[in-house]
Amino acid sequence: MARVVLKDVVKVYDRKVRAVEDFSLDIADGEFVVFVGPSGCGKSTTLRMIAGLEQITEGTIAIDERIVNDVHPKDRDIAMVFQNYALYPHMSVYKNMAFGLMLRKLPRQEIRERVQEAARMLGIEPLLERKPKQLSGGQRQRVALGRAIVREPKVFLFDEPLSNLDAKLRVTTRTEIKRLHQRLKTTTIYVTHDQEEAMTLGDRIVVMSAGRGVGRVEQVDTPLGVYRKPVNRFVGAFLGRTPMNFLEGKLVDDGGIHFQRDPGFHIRMLGEYEEQLRRHVGKEVVFGFRPSAMSEGPTGRNEGQSVTLNTVLVEPLGRNMDVSCRTDDDIHIVARIDSDARSEFPVGEKVTFYLDMDHTHVFEPGEFGNNLLHPPS
Amino acid sequence: MSNVTPKTKPQEGRDPMEGGSGATVLRVITFIGLVLLGVTFVVPFAFQVLVSLSTVADVDLLTQTGFPPALRPENYADVFRQVPFGKYFFNSFFVAGWATLLQVITCSMAAYAFSRIQWPGRDKVFLLYLATLMVPGVVLMVPNFVIILRLGMFDDYTGLIIPAAFSAYGTFLLRQFMLTIPSSLDEAASIDGAGHWRIFTQVILPLARPGIIVLAIFAFLFNYNSFFWPLILTKSENLRVLPVGLLQFDSTYGSETPKIMAASLMAMIPPVILFLLLQKYLVRGIQLGAVKG
Repeated sequence: MARVVLKDVVKVYDRKVRAVEDFSLDIADGEFVVFVGPSGCGKSTTLRMIAGLEQITEGTIAIDERIVNDVHPKDRDIAMVFQNYALYPHMSVYKNMAFGLMLRKLPRQEIRERVQEAARMLGIEPLLERKPKQLSGGQRQRVALGRAIVREPKVFLFDEPLSNLDAKLRVTTRTEIKRLHQRLKTTTIYVTHDQEEAMTLGDRIVVMSAGRGVGRVEQVDTPLGVYRKPVNRFVGAFLGRTPMNFLEGKLVDDGGIHFQRDPGFHIRMLGEYEEQLRRHVGKEVVFGFRPSAMSEGPTGRNEGQSVTLNTVLVEPLGRNMDVSCRTDDDIHIVARIDSDARSEFPVGEKVTFYLDMDHTHVFEPGEFGNNLLHPPS
Repeated sequence: MSNVTPKTKPQEGRDPMEGGSGATVLRVITFIGLVLLGVTFVVPFAFQVLVSLSTVADVDLLTQTGFPPALRPENYADVFRQVPFGKYFFNSFFVAGWATLLQVITCSMAAYAFSRIQWPGRDKVFLLYLATLMVPGVVLMVPNFVIILRLGMFDDYTGLIIPAAFSAYGTFLLRQFMLTIPSSLDEAASIDGAGHWRIFTQVILPLARPGIIVLAIFAFLFNYNSFFWPLILTKSENLRVLPVGLLQFDSTYGSETPKIMAASLMAMIPPVILFLLLQKYLVRGIQLGAVKG
């Protein structure tokens, strides 16, 4: 187990493509950190730099207080699980798991014990003599996990390990990874593009973006932190199962700071934010609110704020239903409401939704506009 | 063979191979075509067998009647009596065997370096190496001969084997093959604690086996059949390989066509056996090389 520290890490390909920009992060011993972001944001590249599979252009990476920039992957005491499993096709499951231990010249008896222990933990004991091609995708991924576990490394690295599995298996394997981490308490760095995976697995989440021509870190926080207090519009839009709704408008001060958009939107901001918003009065802003912040009656800290929209489509999801709406000037808004309250929802009508103001945000304009309520520190 | 066309695509034309009388005609035509093609391959071979069983005098007659008046199987025994045919066999096997082994070793190592290791100028060097394939062999014959002479390998097994131990073609073949092996396997192995040598021997080589078998077959056949290079590089009788040895019947004893045929038939046996044993690898290997996107 170990602490992993990245300091001002930069990766430049071919002297011009800046894949990762000034990445700094201190990962505590035993922590589970998830790098999440769209493709091309540099999350895998960063992971591969930690693994030693990519050269570090600038900055330093330290594992367990030792700078490893020039240390060969095999000497970093890490284990990695790949997206395509990367099992050796010509070796049995047992040999796949034992390979790393054999190279480290462990006694045969100990190798056997460790492999069997890991196989038991993962429920793959009956498969030990099989070849990888005789296994299903889920079984292969377990073997890949087993290969990492037996090594008892200081750090686990996961590179989108669930992407090749079907939806159901993805959820069960996800749970399994979480359980393994709770049991082994090994420092883990996990890369995914799936925000749901990131939210459920991580002690902390690193949200990365590619939009500004370089891969960079947007926010590092706990899952609830990034969800509730996104530092900018990109993070707000990226996290959450249904995308956040955005409306462009202006801040006005008429007896309290309001978000104003014509026609029909005049929403009073919470009093505690008035001070910090006052500087932006008269400026263009983007009002953001999650579908789940909308309800048919006042909930949360509402203070009477509501929006009236034209409903166009209802998608029942079981406990909830997603109601697609349009503003009068045809902006698409989705509301997620509790379906226990009713079995049907009027379509093609004007409906008033109340907003839980604790789950609303005001951003500066642009894809990466800062959150004026929760600015980046 | 089914005549049912899927109901979901009623408009689409039927594949002619799928059924119907048109398809039967097509299959018959294809079959006849293949038979004719087969005959053109078999006839010369059958003729060779007949000639090998004739007397020298009967060879001309054979072209008219199609069958020798008297069979003379002694030709086969004579081959061994008149020349050290066993020694030729051994030489061919010895030279082709060593050349194949060395070529597989050098080519697979070079292919690994050209496909799995990143080093500056790698692809340019590879292109340069490939470019040597464009130079006709005859052009290189004299310089190579001089080099061998200076190295003191003239009229020696080493002169026959060493130049054949390297092959740009073989390197190319195996490199293409190795490029199809996912790089995450090397990465997993290097994280597992393997260096290049272990990755090469324990991960890449086993996975490149079909490609290596193809290369081995090609290399063996090429060197087993090699004629001109052994001809100019050896003068001692006991270094002669089969193709050079066959010349004996043409010069020393006049032109003894039946014995040449008998000898070359016997010389053909090992490659045929080799092919029969390994043909599934050959086909799979060639396919694997081709399927790579």
